[in-house]
Amino acid sequence: MAKAITAPLPAPHGHTAAVVKAAEPPRELAREPLVLNNHSLGWITNAIAGICENPMPKWWLPAFVFSAGGATMMFALIAYLISTGIGVWGLNQPADWAWDITNFVFWIGIGHAGTLISAVLFLLRQKWRTSINRAAEAMTIFAVVCAGIFPVIHTGRVWFALLWLPPIPNHMDVWPQFRSPLLWDVFAVSTYGTVSVLFWYVGLVPDLATLRDRAKTTLRKFFYGFFALGWSGSNRHWSNYEKAYLILAGLSTPLVLSVHSIVSFDFAVSQVPGWHTTIFPPYFVAGAIFSGFGMVLTLLLPMRTLFKLEDIITVRHVELMCKVILATGSIVGYAYGMEFFIAWYGGSPYELWAFLRNRVADPFIFGPLFKVPPAPYWWAYWMMISCNVISPHLFWSKKLRTNMVLVWLVSIVVNIGMWFERFVIIVTSLHRDYLPSSWGYFNPSWVDICTFAGSFALFMTLFLLFMRFLPVIAISEVKGVTPQADPHHPLGGAKGHH
Amino acid sequence: MNMEMTARPHSLLAEFQTPADVMAAAIQCRDAGFSKWDVYSPFPIHGMDQAMGVKKSQVGWFTFTGGFIGFFSGMTMIWWMNQYNYPLVVGGKPLFTPLYAFPVSYEMTILLSAFGTLFGLALLCGLPRFYNPLFRNKRFKKATDDTFFICIEAADPKFAQARTLLEKTAAKNVELVED
Repeated sequence: MAKAITAPLPAPHGHTAAVVKAAEPPRELAREPLVLNNHSLGWITNAIAGICENPMPKWWLPAFVFSAGGATMMFALIAYLISTGIGVWGLNQPADWAWDITNFVFWIGIGHAGTLISAVLFLLRQKWRTSINRAAEAMTIFAVVCAGIFPVIHTGRVWFALLWLPPIPNHMDVWPQFRSPLLWDVFAVSTYGTVSVLFWYVGLVPDLATLRDRAKTTLRKFFYGFFALGWSGSNRHWSNYEKAYLILAGLSTPLVLSVHSIVSFDFAVSQVPGWHTTIFPPYFVAGAIFSGFGMVLTLLLPMRTLFKLEDIITVRHVELMCKVILATGSIVGYAYGMEFFIAWYGGSPYELWAFLRNRVADPFIFGPLFKVPPAPYWWAYWMMISCNVISPHLFWSKKLRTNMVLVWLVSIVVNIGMWFERFVIIVTSLHRDYLPSSWGYFNPSWVDICTFAGSFALFMTLFLLFMRFLPVIAISEVKGVTPQADPHHPLGGAKGHH
Repeated sequence: MNMEMTARPHSLLAEFQTPADVMAAAIQCRDAGFSKWDVYSPFPIHGMDQAMGVKKSQVGWFTFTGGFIGFFSGMTMIWWMNQYNYPLVVGGKPLFTPLYAFPVSYEMTILLSAFGTLFGLALLCGLPRFYNPLFRNKRFKKATDDTFFICIEAADPKFAQARTLLEKTAAKNVELVED
């Protein structure tokens, strides 16, 4: 079908005729294509839009019922918590933040990979992001939903939290005081959630128009048509759209860096040994991206197999994500080493205590080596180290990076490790600080455990609904990175094959 | 009902198979001096703005306005609440400095910039617009799938030349769309 246009057209506006084809790159410089097997544009539409148009596979309904049941359990437990008091959790003085805030930081961190993929990789012109950005952004939004629950319910009397956090005066006409990082956090997380939804929705509009134009039933026509806003694919619109998308990516990048920095201020601005650390903002951001990419892989590896999307989310995509995990995992490992070094080098006995005697000293090697008794939470610290510092280094090997089962397992290990990181930071610092008479030990209650499990169920419920009703891959963006979409490319005229 | 009365031409729609074909035709339309016309494609085509002679998008101004309002309303809000309306000394710290007010103002800058961008995008594109005569054309449904279109509106002063021009291009099909 390729139509060769031999003579370039005259270009009176100083623009060379667009139909001039570039030469094909030399073989050794050619990269593996982002969509394998030279599929046509129509194939891409069918493959992605087909998922949410055809009936879901058999596993979907049982998975949905199971997840929705778990989410219901979580809401029941929240009702139990609010009606009884936070004593139903295992936390108390001195560890008065435990799984609640751990879960909050964990979930908000998960979200960061979605924004990194959608915004930072877009600004860096990493075209491979187009296959994964939609699902990753959905993950971000659902993770922020899960994250938002915990800081509200951890106050116990949630109506106070909802009244004291927004900038409205209390019953004595006193305003919230904006010197507190906890209030910065409210603005950071709510802005992050809102902007993530806006960015996701703007990206969805052209794909909703595709679904509208393919819709067979009136209901689908109405809903997709309504949310597509009358998008027609006009180039005058695309021109504004691309600019707006670029700007939103440019806004999301400083936003995502600020959110986890501000989350880390919740700790770093306090005087608690183990928290009062200047390394926290970059260290939290790197850890967030690390755990988020873990979650992206945990979700996308089964999804690409179950929905047969291997030609769009290729092994190359998985490998690139593994490399991001390796890079950010190394930054996290460096941060662990550096904070331990500074704890010693800084010369504060309390800081050193928090690291050595509350965290690092295990009963077998480091305890005997430094001649200190084992730390009560040594198992949590070493769980974190083995999951976050050791496991990502498997990805130096191309053979292991391309083994999908192994990558999936490591992605889960990374998430376990990053949950433990937040647990270690929060609980080991709090349970034994300046005053030995008020030392304690935190044990979770069954309500702690089931609420956390329920937040996973809520996350999965939302993700399953997303797969059911929306295109899981950005259709128009994937088309845009195929060779036949580029009028200057040698394949620019080709239609591809089905 | 008299069909002659209702069948007003809205535009002439030409269908293309590839981005290269539609771009070549777009250059011809641009050079022929059409003003009310557009290219429709399932994804943004690189270089099409120059091929059509579309000016740079103005969305950025809306972003800037939103961000400006966001930053200064954040700063003003915090100053007004913590220093002016109910001054309350906490920990011996100053009642107001831009330093502690910065994180919240920063987030508000980004929040209102994002809303400004969205608002600007909708305004410049004229969206939402649920009625569009093109949507009644069966072939046009492929514009969000794998087909490319050029549409020259009947309101264009040079509309009389449109059919001759479009039929000379690589268009697979040229047809009249009724309003």
